[in-house]
Amino acid sequence: MSGFSRRRFLQGCSAALVVGFSLVRPVSSLAAQALGADAPDKPIDGEQLDAWLVVRDDGHVVVYSGKVELGTGIETALRQIVAEELGVAFAATSLVQGDTQLTPNQGVTAGSKTIQVGGRQLRRAAATAREALRLRAAEVLGVPGDALQLHDGRASVRERPEQAVTYAELIGGRSFDQPVDRSAPLLEPASYRLVGTSVPRVDIPPKLFGEFSFVQDIRLPGMLHGRVIRPPITGVSALEVKIESIDDSALPEGVQVVRRGAFLGVVAENEWAAIQAARSLKVQWSHDVALPEMERLYDYLEALPARTSRIVDRGELHPQFEAAAQVLEARYEWPYQNHDSIGPSCAVADVRDDEITVWSGTQGPHQLRQVLAALAERPKEAIRVIYAEASGCYGHNGADDVAGDALLMSQAVGRPVRVQWSREDEHGWNPKGPAMRMRLRGALNDAGEVRGWHFRNWTPTHSTRPGPDGGDRALLAGMLIHGMPEFSRHVGGDRNAPIDYRFEHCRVEVNWLKVADTPLRPSALRGLGAVQNCFANESFFDELAHAAGRDPLQMRLQYLDDPRARAVLEAAAERADWQAARRGEQRWREGTASGRGVAYARYENENAYVAVIADVEVSERGVKVTRVTVGHDCGLIINPDGVRNQVEGNVVQAISRTLKEQVVFGREGVTSLEWGAYPLITFAEVPEVDIILIDRPGEPSVGAGEAASAPIPAAIGNAIFDATGLRLRQAPFTRQRLLAVRDA
Amino acid sequence: MALSLHVNGQAHPVSADPDTPLLYVLRNELGLKGPKFGCGLGECGACTVLVEGSPVRSCVLPVASFAERVVTTLEGLGDADNPHPLQQAFIDEQAAQCAYCIPGMIMSAQALLSRVPEPSEAQIRQALMANLCGCGTHVRILRAVQRAARAMAGERRV
Repeated sequence: MSGFSRRRFLQGCSAALVVGFSLVRPVSSLAAQALGADAPDKPIDGEQLDAWLVVRDDGHVVVYSGKVELGTGIETALRQIVAEELGVAFAATSLVQGDTQLTPNQGVTAGSKTIQVGGRQLRRAAATAREALRLRAAEVLGVPGDALQLHDGRASVRERPEQAVTYAELIGGRSFDQPVDRSAPLLEPASYRLVGTSVPRVDIPPKLFGEFSFVQDIRLPGMLHGRVIRPPITGVSALEVKIESIDDSALPEGVQVVRRGAFLGVVAENEWAAIQAARSLKVQWSHDVALPEMERLYDYLEALPARTSRIVDRGELHPQFEAAAQVLEARYEWPYQNHDSIGPSCAVADVRDDEITVWSGTQGPHQLRQVLAALAERPKEAIRVIYAEASGCYGHNGADDVAGDALLMSQAVGRPVRVQWSREDEHGWNPKGPAMRMRLRGALNDAGEVRGWHFRNWTPTHSTRPGPDGGDRALLAGMLIHGMPEFSRHVGGDRNAPIDYRFEHCRVEVNWLKVADTPLRPSALRGLGAVQNCFANESFFDELAHAAGRDPLQMRLQYLDDPRARAVLEAAAERADWQAARRGEQRWREGTASGRGVAYARYENENAYVAVIADVEVSERGVKVTRVTVGHDCGLIINPDGVRNQVEGNVVQAISRTLKEQVVFGREGVTSLEWGAYPLITFAEVPEVDIILIDRPGEPSVGAGEAASAPIPAAIGNAIFDATGLRLRQAPFTRQRLLAVRDA
Repeated sequence: MALSLHVNGQAHPVSADPDTPLLYVLRNELGLKGPKFGCGLGECGACTVLVEGSPVRSCVLPVASFAERVVTTLEGLGDADNPHPLQQAFIDEQAAQCAYCIPGMIMSAQALLSRVPEPSEAQIRQALMANLCGCGTHVRILRAVQRAARAMAGERRV
């Protein structure tokens, strides 16, 4: 067996994937434990093949992924990719995810990059493994490697299939001991049997029978329950606050108070006692926070000092505006928005003298480990972060913060502690999708051609995640102890600020604001700035089309050369039976009016293509979206039903964000602290959704997790304009806002 | 004074303070993972269980008020070997994203179907109005409930 190490990672354990409710001294991820895939000497360096996959001695393939399942189906899709490329049955694979001791660091699971980037890394690893197995099989069978076919976990001679050897025989239970080969040949998509099919999601059945353990369901022996008590300046960005005094006279017996700086928590034997204890503690805080009035938010943002970044500067704008037949100007505004996770954030930490284990719904276990090490003042090697799925994650919610809370409480009381945020904690303190203002200016000539396009926005960074900035001060607990950090990175505010339209004279400027200057703590929410920027760009494009007397779909096609961009628009238009016309001729005052609007975006100007046609009904009761048609191209599709599910989710969530969602704040912080004050879309408001997926087997897979969110707001706004002649430029498009624009 | 709860066909002695909302007892004493904590305010429906067939928000009502009642959670409907038609329909329609809200959706849907065996789409939307989903799985959830209703109607006709 030359070429393979005899070092054994795994015993031939073929335990079924049984996830327990209660664990005896659990040190591993539940999946890893059940798979017997928890070897301490397994490498996690992504350069090494053994970091990515292991063939057990029963032939079962354990895949190790640093990207995690956030409820989008990637556990299934990543297994499809590996099973296909390696040549094993889907059922012969399992996935261990997000464990700092076992899985490679693939960065944060975000930005619609799990299939696009993580899938590619796994595909390369699987191809390397397949070729290593081919070499070995050729030696064993005494034939050239290219005479072999590799599938279903065995290598057989093409001409004499009975002459075969299994992967288990070749490598089972042993390591490959070789680097990932970046030039390993990849299978031709035309030969795929598994990729491109709608394999049912493996995580759904256990979730429907109450068998699945979310992070909220983890229980450890001896575990206590913790709750946090936050300062009254809810969710503010510049967090400077002190505890003046604490009155614990009403505290039930046996409850421990944990305090470090302005971080405050209570720990109790049972959960209800912890909840009551948190309510009974009386705390005097001092601070001098005074946020701007919410009514003045956008003027306030625009007046802040900014660092201007000119990201597109093409042609000569000034002469075009001088010579224009028509100049249009408009400003668009988007509010702070929450993450809509139905389960508030939760984590479990077990801090011991020799090691710290934290179970977390984080998007970045390795990144979280780094900042937890700073918080605990321990080396990061002493900390193990294990991913456990939380309620739906649409970006940087409270998952990382609550892990810090749990660590501090466990460290203080010397027992494992589970911290569950309340609904109020989550609505108040989860980092917000940032409020933004966008200003647009466009020049049309006599022929109705766009001669000049000038975009500007005002935005803080859309990422204050644990990462290179700030150490443990990227966690709320760290901020409460040490004060807030400077966030030097600028992320996401520029996303889809540029447009794909072939305008000769074009300028795009992003005005980056300092986090501490902006009222509420910002971070990544699905799509980042793409949602806000596309809202502005695609609405303003319609304003130009109307002014030019043009059909907005035809005018988009006129300025798009990329055939894939045109194809999604044409597919949606054909399905929805789009009739070319100048839109927005109606003048609605009362009764019910209907209309339709179109919008287009290529996510990040380089990934998935999406066209949306929205149909709306507008009445005094407000805006109702009745039907949404989507043309969608994300390259090679791994799992069509999985993509469809993501696109549907984007559509429905983006409608909710466009029509309803807005964080409300006062001078001392967020005041919309439950679903009544921050309403979500309900079943009464969900439209018919019709999706056309354009599969491109010859093109790389790009993400589908966020792209379809970006064009939804403008498609709705454009449909409202078509129905009413009214242009809504500030989200959300509530009934009050609609009537205010009508009556203005 | 120890309470006794009747949950999923079994009696369970309960040691919790009688003021404790039912949800915490189901999850922490009985070890059930179907009912979820979502808001603690009765707003989102993630904690929905059935009490004598009616949907109840277990996060707000004290356990003491359930002493003489028959409580059913997701686990009481069916399991992998013997799934309830709703569970099967949600699998068949792949009607989940994160699925955190789905237990509550299924319990609310079961309450509807036991009252209105062949509901219209509008009736399903109405019955699920107060169950929130953050992932935007609504379209599939509607399809799954319709599918389950058809399956259950088929069973009755056989």
